Amino acid sequence: MALTNEHVQQRLSEKFGTIVSNFEEPYGMLSFEVEKDQNLKVLQFLHDEADLGFQFLTDLCAVNYPDQVGRELAVVYHLHSLKDNLRIRFKVFAPVAQPDVFTATKLYSAANWMERETYDFFGVNFVGHPNLKRILNVDEMDYFPLRKEFPLEDQTRIDKDDQMFGRG
Amino acid sequence: MSRPVRFNITPIEANISDAVSVAEAPDGYAGEGFFTTKLSDVVGLARKNSLWPLPFATSCCGIEFMATMASHYDLARFGAERVGFSPRQCDLLMVMGTISKKMGPVLRQVYLQMAEPRWVISVGACACSGGIFDTYSVLQGIDQVIPVDVYVPGCPPRPEAILDGFMKVQELVGQESIRRRNSDQYKALMNSYGIE
Repeated sequence: MALTNEHVQQRLSEKFGTIVSNFEEPYGMLSFEVEKDQNLKVLQFLHDEADLGFQFLTDLCAVNYPDQVGRELAVVYHLHSLKDNLRIRFKVFAPVAQPDVFTATKLYSAANWMERETYDFFGVNFVGHPNLKRILNVDEMDYFPLRKEFPLEDQTRIDKDDQMFGRG
Repeated sequence: MSRPVRFNITPIEANISDAVSVAEAPDGYAGEGFFTTKLSDVVGLARKNSLWPLPFATSCCGIEFMATMASHYDLARFGAERVGFSPRQCDLLMVMGTISKKMGPVLRQVYLQMAEPRWVISVGACACSGGIFDTYSVLQGIDQVIPVDVYVPGCPPRPEAILDGFMKVQELVGQESIRRRNSDQYKALMNSYGIE
């Protein structure tokens, strides 16, 4: 009996009720939303249960939605069950004023550097992370580059020709 | 929206009258069994025909450099046979590729470790000005951290273009005055980069 999206959704709804919500299947991949403070419980459940077994963290990243007040930063987890070849995704939303999310490093060691990258580019503060500092950018940088409010182009260029870039 | 061409309007005509090209001797006074000329000319001639490059190859321009060093375009014809990867032993720092802001201090450190006289050639759009990567992470031109002598534009520049840039460096090396590195203008240039 292969693992299916419906089975995963049913197990999650039974165990967590209203904590998990917004089940969708874009392109056949199950995606849902979890309340911010319960992310570790959901991760642990998906990891430990014998019939679920999502023991591979494929990706951990963030998205900035500046228009959703109170839910600006979404942390996205992609999990993969190697036994049954099923991938799922869930999102955790945090407000930009207090972007604290519990760290998944105790469960998945891959989350260590991925959370550092997410912190570096979006400013999501992972509570309990052993070494949360910038990983790819210059250490002295004091802004978070991939947030939507930050401009794309480097502001030190004075020679860019506006007419050629459609701004003249 | 097209603009009139501003650069390379009157290209220099190549003087190819024979298959063999002859290099000119420097001006001097010759006699039976001797030849006198300026010291700077002799030193310049020796230096320019045996420049030891340090390839600081970071991205795609590094691949073009590999092609330039290979047999078809052969940089070794110009005396740059021995590439070294230690800055202590090289004259010419060839920066080829995208330099990120995190790499800037590293590049500066490599430049500082080179001994005088040293020259820098910046190959490719990314090294000259940041290229197409006008973002938070790419240094917009290595001349923000080190002084550059020759810029070779291109993305990536053809091996012929890299050779052309190298020949321009050779011209600079051959005509450099011996006292240049002690002059006030040079000291002011180094101070503007924060280099002693």
